[in-house]
Amino acid sequence: MPKKVVSIVVFPGSNCDRDLDIAVQKYMNVNTELVWHDDPNIKNQEMIFIPGGFSFGDYLRSGALATKSPAMKEVIRLSKKGVPIIGICNGFQILTECKLLDGALIDNCKRLFICKENFVKIENKNNPFTKNIHKNVVQFPIAHAQGRFYTSEDNLKRLEDNNQIVFKYSSRDGKINKSENPNGSMNNIAGIINKNKNILGLMPHPERAINFSEDNDGISFFRGLQNLL
Amino acid sequence: MIKINKRIVSEHGISEDEFKLIKEILQREPNLLELGIFSVMWSEHCSYKSTKKWLKTLPTSGEKVICGPGENAGIIDIGDNEAIVFKMESHNHPSFIEPYQGAATGVGGIMRDVFTMGARPIANLNSLRFGSPKHPKTKQLLSGVVKGIGDYGNCVGIPTVGGECNFHESYNNNILVNAMCIGLVKKNKIFYSIAKGSGNPIIYVGAKTGRDGIHGATMASAEFDDHSEDSRPQVQVGDPFMEKLLLESCQELMKEDAIIAIQDMGAAGLTSSSFEMASKGSCGVKLFLDKVPCREDKMTPYEMMLSETQERMLMVIKPSKKKKTLRVFKKWGLEAAEIGVITKTGNMEIFFNNSLVGKLPIKPLADSSPEYDRPSEKPFIKFKKEAHKNFSIKSALIKIISSPNHSSKKWIYHQYDRSVMCDTYFSSEQSDSAVIRVHNSTKAIAVTCDCNPIYCNSDPKLGAEIGVAESWRNLIASGADPIAITDNLNFGNPEKKEIMYQIKEAIKGIKTACEALNYPVVSGNVSLYNETKNKSIFPTPVIGGVGVIKNIFRSKGLRMNEGDKIFIVGNSHGHLELSEFNRICNKNYGSPPPLDLKEEIKNGTFVRNFMKKHNSIVTGCHDISEGGIILALAELAIRNKKGLNIKIPSNIKNSKNWLFGEDQSRYLLIVNNEDIIKKVAKKENIKLQKIATVSGDKFCIIKKFEISVKKLIKYNSIWFENFIEK
Repeated sequence: MPKKVVSIVVFPGSNCDRDLDIAVQKYMNVNTELVWHDDPNIKNQEMIFIPGGFSFGDYLRSGALATKSPAMKEVIRLSKKGVPIIGICNGFQILTECKLLDGALIDNCKRLFICKENFVKIENKNNPFTKNIHKNVVQFPIAHAQGRFYTSEDNLKRLEDNNQIVFKYSSRDGKINKSENPNGSMNNIAGIINKNKNILGLMPHPERAINFSEDNDGISFFRGLQNLL
Repeated sequence: MIKINKRIVSEHGISEDEFKLIKEILQREPNLLELGIFSVMWSEHCSYKSTKKWLKTLPTSGEKVICGPGENAGIIDIGDNEAIVFKMESHNHPSFIEPYQGAATGVGGIMRDVFTMGARPIANLNSLRFGSPKHPKTKQLLSGVVKGIGDYGNCVGIPTVGGECNFHESYNNNILVNAMCIGLVKKNKIFYSIAKGSGNPIIYVGAKTGRDGIHGATMASAEFDDHSEDSRPQVQVGDPFMEKLLLESCQELMKEDAIIAIQDMGAAGLTSSSFEMASKGSCGVKLFLDKVPCREDKMTPYEMMLSETQERMLMVIKPSKKKKTLRVFKKWGLEAAEIGVITKTGNMEIFFNNSLVGKLPIKPLADSSPEYDRPSEKPFIKFKKEAHKNFSIKSALIKIISSPNHSSKKWIYHQYDRSVMCDTYFSSEQSDSAVIRVHNSTKAIAVTCDCNPIYCNSDPKLGAEIGVAESWRNLIASGADPIAITDNLNFGNPEKKEIMYQIKEAIKGIKTACEALNYPVVSGNVSLYNETKNKSIFPTPVIGGVGVIKNIFRSKGLRMNEGDKIFIVGNSHGHLELSEFNRICNKNYGSPPPLDLKEEIKNGTFVRNFMKKHNSIVTGCHDISEGGIILALAELAIRNKKGLNIKIPSNIKNSKNWLFGEDQSRYLLIVNNEDIIKKVAKKENIKLQKIATVSGDKFCIIKKFEISVKKLIKYNSIWFENFIEK
């Protein structure tokens, strides 16, 4: 049987597209198609990834300009049909800018870019994106200047009530506290899903956690996504 | 038409003798445009007029050298049809005036030098020197420079994996920002800047030309005074997004058989790129300046030729590929224009509004730039006399690890994306050199930047030799075979005899060490006039070393495990002059430790071979440098969050000298089997001393003192955040 094909949307300024492409092909056992941002048609609709980077330089607000790309209009349309969509880092920022996910990602609390390895607790596995990850705490690198998740108290409550909060920054043993929060995100939030559970956005980079060792947690993240296909 | 007079000539930084030479070359008076072109092409920054005579003496070739100095960057062969392109370049003057943009454009410039040659950049490093933390400007300069470097590299998506950052009062008014980039290229896909083929079109691509940075190269060739900050408009503004588009579009175009020659428009912009390309290819050029994409209205030919607007490239392409070329750039949303043509005349003919506004012979201008043998004289070094202080071993260790120069640089490197591209195996806090995997292979590149200006100030030749040797050692400690270096020579005003002495001696030192270690110089940069109101920086010849690792998993970094034994490889004599220890005691005088290059080779070869042959026995390796044995051990304990039981050998009479001495050519090898290393060392007649066992959670020097590793970490980690947030 020919391999399935998933799409990765690439913007001018995306810089994690290659890394993501490698991770997806290697650990999801699929082929990929890189969709240039000005393409209004996305042929392969099994799953769509929005990679990290600085789309259009992100000189305005991270992700803001990318929402105007023809490919994103198509992503929005397909999202309503239930196509699984995953945005990582800048991808998450773009998804919130498109209002496909709640909240906003604002300047880190110290107003500095931060790049480090961080532990992330899988807050709930009641969704197709994380249900196959065995561990409860994973280690992914983070690398962003605007990753502080922010939303209204009402929205936050709704996200919690609907089990939409999927990843939280934590200690190695899964404790959620301020000292493990690298950017000042509300409730240590690192990743969320939409209400229909077909859209995931996360700031940490699982595609950067697949190298040099077979135990790296990015591998189980991508393997776990195969059930969505 | 403005008449050229003496004032205008001197304002262009051109001496009377140089002006005479210009008139001889042209057989007439130059006009203002032509004078402007001469001034940037003959500036110290572009022409190396004070140093060229000495730089020529450096060893630049070798079995693995594909391209030495003279091109955009140097290239070495790493086997399997792959090559590494690398260079270091300074952006000192602009970074002092406008730290964020100055540093950012420094990173942008060096990356363009690398990707111009067809390579994809795979890592950035930087060597930073700031003034005393007590100086009122230091904090703002540090924050701005680090953010500028981070924002630029992060946006383009190239990991910033290492470097060095030090503070010393000699940099109070002249900070140093040296950026290094390494790139990976297929050996048969290297692009050069040799223009060829009469009739071939010259294509301009990238940012539109503005009035920024006019005479930036000239600014970098003069001392600072009270009004230097008025030169802010000469600092260029960086646009990393534009750089990313240029990088990707050039990579795409380079897959086609379209480009004949390519060069980035760096210092002296359109002038130096067009002259250098034409000079290398011994051809002529016609430029039509009306075609140059401009950001501002009514720009004059003078401004267009001298603008240093960033993120621009110039290329000569095959006429048959013109359409294809323009299509690629259009896809990436870049402005591209055909602005000229290659000719056979050997002249640069500049047209504007259909008239010839400047005509200059290319070869004489590019190649016959002045070469000076400036007088030099050994300076008398005045040492500051201060009351000496006394420290116990413990208090000295704490003082050093919590000092600005030896504190954890976490505040800095957390602002750099080190993990993008997924090939960073070790960034420089995890290993003596950063280790980057060659994509899709198990090979890796090790890379490091090193310089000890304190040593260089006292003895520039020996100091520079030690810089080269230390970089060599750092590569070996990371499991690499050292291959070649790039150098970034930062000094004061070469028109002063003492400074010229430092320059000549430092180059001699680099030559001596590189020849002995078979470690050629393949690229480099010189930054002079780093002085303000007659006060020069310490001589700072920064060495960027590159090595290759055959199997990345054999690179161990600074790791150690419970129960491991630590051995010192090499002789410890206890040289304390100019050491960190003496400096905290206010003893700032004396000579650097002696360096025996034969011993360096012997010890380095032993470590290198031992790590290869007995790889499973070695847990980690660390070179011993500033701060001596004790600091190297403390760094291991802090890095691994593990305790050490340290036993000073019984024959040591003066334990302070022994622990803090900065003798050269030494390593700490961390092993899990002591019998084998002892046997091999004995056989090879290598001085080997057992010094510590990895154990528990305390840093303990038996019969002296102990301190918990937790406390050490705390002392080591507070300085930066306190300094910035104060």
